[in-house]
Amino acid sequence: MSAPACTPAELMVVNAARLLREGDVVLVGVGLPNLACNLARRLHAPGLVMVYEAGVIGAQPERLPLSIGDPCLAVGALSICSMYELFAHYLQRGLISVGFVGGAQIDRYGNLNATVIGDYRRPKVRLPGSGGSMEIAAWADRVYMMAPHRRRRFPARCDFITSAGFLDGRSSRRARRLRGGGPAAVVTDLALLEPDAQGELTLVALHPGVTIEQVQAQTGWPLQVAEDLRTTQPPTREELETLRALDPQGVYLG
Amino acid sequence: MTRTFQTAHHAGKLTTLAQAVRRLVHDGDTLYAAGFTHLIPFAAGHEIIRQGRRDLTLARATPDLIYDQLIAAGCARKVIFSYAGNPGVGSLHALRRAIEAGHIEWEEYSHFGLITRLAAGAAGLPFLPMNPTGADDLPRANPHYRSVTDPYSGRQVTVLPALKPDVAILHVQRADPQGNAHLWGIVGEQKEAAFAAERVILTAEEIVPPEVIRSDPNRTLIPGLVVDAVCHVPHCAHPSYAQGYYDRDNDFYLGWDAISRDPKGLAAWLEEWVFDVCDRQAYWEKLGPQVHARLALAPAWSEPVNYGRCSAAAEDREARS
Repeated sequence: MSAPACTPAELMVVNAARLLREGDVVLVGVGLPNLACNLARRLHAPGLVMVYEAGVIGAQPERLPLSIGDPCLAVGALSICSMYELFAHYLQRGLISVGFVGGAQIDRYGNLNATVIGDYRRPKVRLPGSGGSMEIAAWADRVYMMAPHRRRRFPARCDFITSAGFLDGRSSRRARRLRGGGPAAVVTDLALLEPDAQGELTLVALHPGVTIEQVQAQTGWPLQVAEDLRTTQPPTREELETLRALDPQGVYLG
Repeated sequence: MTRTFQTAHHAGKLTTLAQAVRRLVHDGDTLYAAGFTHLIPFAAGHEIIRQGRRDLTLARATPDLIYDQLIAAGCARKVIFSYAGNPGVGSLHALRRAIEAGHIEWEEYSHFGLITRLAAGAAGLPFLPMNPTGADDLPRANPHYRSVTDPYSGRQVTVLPALKPDVAILHVQRADPQGNAHLWGIVGEQKEAAFAAERVILTAEEIVPPEVIRSDPNRTLIPGLVVDAVCHVPHCAHPSYAQGYYDRDNDFYLGWDAISRDPKGLAAWLEEWVFDVCDRQAYWEKLGPQVHARLALAPAWSEPVNYGRCSAAAEDREARS
């Protein structure tokens, strides 16, 4: 039986959801990470605690929130605190096990750019900026990123480092004594990348039907390939049906 | 600057939003219109546009549509922010155009950085330390970011100067005429903004007697002590929302992308929905019954809590009545 067809966004969300574990306390970001967390909580991780940077702890939204401050997040939540308390007591204090961050560029060492393309003062493209990602990337135990795999999105070095991955490699991040573990995986529509012992993002799994050459062609540095390169399981019917029910209008999933 | 309290007057600090803006928002002010997604005081933004304020420094974690509109209307000289996007949708196009064209100054932080600046301002401190993040490009671009040595461990901590806006505008679900305010749902940076600002305008869905406020003091996030003007403005927050009163108008946020992408369309929108509308009541009526129905909520009450009362006092009270 062939796997059900899905969009690139669905492929990323399903694979990101699989990275989440029962009991994780996840600081959820807007867009696709929002979907991945809501999907994981409805499938294999019902005890996953969703935390939103607006200050909501243990959200159980009945509908998919468009923003990270939607009213549906407040109804039935465990707790609501101020933004200062969220970032200080939960994130800086060290209670967040997983953070999602997103942006326009992800580089070889998992550094992220969500600020500008081009010069900071004379930007070619002005992006939204850090939001919570500067601190999430520094202090969450594990950090995940999702992005369509395009060469311009995966340069060797970001134009601007909004949030720290491994900086110039694991030792440089270690020297900064940040409490979080840094990037744990990058999920794209072609593959999964994970940092190696030096903190360099390497190819660890291909989605079905994708070749190493295709991934390399869309990556701005010579991509290392893991010895035990895997192929991801295609999204199941249950995963896709649950996911599509979360975004019935296809706002994010296309 | 000394505050003037009008405690003797039974109407307290009640006034119209137009009067409050006229009296308390001045050209050149640093404004913090608070509310993280929730309770954003859009009606106040529109009033500021109608009154033609200029050269404002607009500070907010998320400029949101309210500052996109103020920028498009030419009210701003500078914007201070930490996430300049339309949440879940994309760009704030008027803001982005103004920055990319060099028409506006900007000062940028992370959410934690900006909120910590407000928290320091609210506490009367020069700064509050934060742990370093390892991301150096923003601190390089914004000289307000500094490092100081923790005198106890000898390690570096990050500091930013306290933010003390000239005026903060806060919308709440209910307040008494003195500005003692209950709010619930997402509380964002409301409290910090109220305590940090020199002047505070409070808008409320409902004005209630002081007894209602005193029945649940844990819910009073904003005390009247820091409030200068109280305005009864139902539906003030649309297209943002008021928890328990009306829903977030997500369709409006999605639709704003096309409106703000086109400067002419945006100017026409301002003409129709801000300049040609006298106040929030007229705006809400103009939205029409279909929008009202779409944003209506089913109730979800919390369990009441019992504060108790010492029995002697209760007997005494009974005896007197």
